[in-house]
Amino acid sequence: MIDTVELLFFLEVLIGGLLAGVMYSLVALGFVLIYKASRVFNFAQGAMVFFAVLSFVGFMELGLPFWAAFLVTVALMILVGMTTERLVLRQLVNQSDQTLLMATIGLAFVFEGMGQLIWGVEVRRLDLGIPDVPLEWVLDSTGMFISALDISAGVVAAVMVTVLAILFSKTKIGLGLRAVADGHAAAMSIGIPLKSIWMIVWATAGVVALVAGMMWGARNGVQFALVWLALKAWPVLIIGGFTSVPGVIVAGLMVGAIEKVAEVYIGPAFGGGIEGWAPYMMAVVFLMFRPEGLFGERMIRRV
Amino acid sequence: MIYRQAGQFRTSYAADSRAIPFREDRVALALILIAAYFVIPFTASDYWLSVILVPWLALSLVATGQNILMGYAGQHSLGSAGFMAVGAFACYNLMLRIDGMPFLVALILSGVIAALVGVVFGLPSLRVRGIYLAVATLAAQFFIVWVIDKFGWFTNYDTSGIITTQRMEIFGYRFTTPAEQYLIVLGIVTALTWLADNMARGRTGRNWMAVRDMDVAAEVMGLSLLRTKLQAFAISSFYCGVGGALFAYAFLRSVEPTAFDIYLSFRVMFMAIIGGLATTIGPFLGAAFILLMPVFLNTTFQGLFGAAVDATIISALEQVIFGVAIILFMIFEPLGLARLLQIAQDRLRQWPFKY
Repeated sequence: MIDTVELLFFLEVLIGGLLAGVMYSLVALGFVLIYKASRVFNFAQGAMVFFAVLSFVGFMELGLPFWAAFLVTVALMILVGMTTERLVLRQLVNQSDQTLLMATIGLAFVFEGMGQLIWGVEVRRLDLGIPDVPLEWVLDSTGMFISALDISAGVVAAVMVTVLAILFSKTKIGLGLRAVADGHAAAMSIGIPLKSIWMIVWATAGVVALVAGMMWGARNGVQFALVWLALKAWPVLIIGGFTSVPGVIVAGLMVGAIEKVAEVYIGPAFGGGIEGWAPYMMAVVFLMFRPEGLFGERMIRRV
Repeated sequence: MIYRQAGQFRTSYAADSRAIPFREDRVALALILIAAYFVIPFTASDYWLSVILVPWLALSLVATGQNILMGYAGQHSLGSAGFMAVGAFACYNLMLRIDGMPFLVALILSGVIAALVGVVFGLPSLRVRGIYLAVATLAAQFFIVWVIDKFGWFTNYDTSGIITTQRMEIFGYRFTTPAEQYLIVLGIVTALTWLADNMARGRTGRNWMAVRDMDVAAEVMGLSLLRTKLQAFAISSFYCGVGGALFAYAFLRSVEPTAFDIYLSFRVMFMAIIGGLATTIGPFLGAAFILLMPVFLNTTFQGLFGAAVDATIISALEQVIFGVAIILFMIFEPLGLARLLQIAQDRLRQWPFKY
């Protein structure tokens, strides 16, 4: 017979992990968008998250109301995304993997530096009006600590994924994007405007970065450490498959849950801190059995 | 005028396959080596020797290891700082726990230990390639640093988790002054670079390149992928380990595990790529570029603004410029500094009278 209190504690840890995982998924979504359309592994996604939310807080501090600041930042991120595509990525079409990776790492440095140059380096608080306190009715009925902010992040992520899913499957842009993902040359030959698709993708990734950044910023404060998120999103991508939106959602949940459960139940045996590498180890083990990820496309190589 | 290769005929197989085919290049290398061994130790200031040249040489060695893995064998890795940490802490523990352990033996053994760890973390390369593999090697990066940080045994139960490296002593002679330490690092780096160049030109290197260019084809032709990939991981990690140990012993001296963080891995990758993948001189050029650029930017901005502008603003500005420089490099010369050097040589060959 398992103790009810223990079970509830486990559930609490699990739900906390799942909701943290939602946030990983949000960051990973931006990666998938760009990778799908252009086969570019955008290392700068984490830096974009940081830059977006820093700008948002910056605009709020300038006296803009919440919604105005949000809209201005959305516009800014669309602009930044498009400019990046135009000035950097388009120059690097057909370059090798490592060149592209290097260029996006350089891009990450630029975003991090620019953000700090424009808005300063101090840690800021971001108040979304959603308190990061346990929901009382859950606490009363079950005794579990589940934060309202985490729940909101879950809802926001669900909305984002739905919107993106509709964008991909129902609109003309989405159709074009899927064609581009299947093959650049083929898509171009039937008249799909490759360049504008790429610009749209980068702009969308910028907006996704802003939403992810707002969620993370409300939880951890708006600070440089947000950049590290990008690294946590990598194992999520590996497990989910680089090209699958549902994949990264499921993988984000998995990584979040396993990481927290492992930290709470196995961590103390090693003195804690296993959160830092557990997701990567998970990804490595996962790669051994399913190299293409949960829902990724199986790669077939011919000589 | 001086740089002419006309009239230098290769009349035997040995002459055809020598490392540096042209006389002028051999003379240039000899002059550089003579300067490095006999001039620099006596003329360079202690600051240059111990703050610029020693870390440059040590990181060049690490970048050479990265180049073996990425440039020749085509396996992306972001774990080089992890393997450096293995080398540094293995060397420390070997020296600490075995009485009368000679430094050179400890150094080589620490490279061997790093190689073994590298083989373990190279196993995913048998299943995945490209970016996937890079992420898999991040596991090495984070896991190794965490293990060294968490288990006190590696740092000899130091309360702050920082080790102080022992003296470097070879055949009873203690290398203590900056010039002596520079010389010992230079000697090891020269020997290992010579070895790496020969491996890359020989059968081993051909195997790596076959795997890099098309691993399925290489396998069909009878190469064992398991053997070739893991060999590349082992040798690359050996270089990273020895380089890491030298970096710790000759430069850092008091070492904490977190010094080998992911940013160091990134920098090593920058060095290998900006220098020019699959070249012998590339890692050295790349390491010099990555090490000297921040120093250069810093002095420039100090000179321009002085104390008028906040230091954090300057560092953010430096970061932007660094990023832009990398992007520009990737756009305009993705083959790296080694390629620029080659272009310069080709120009020089026709100078001053073009055909």
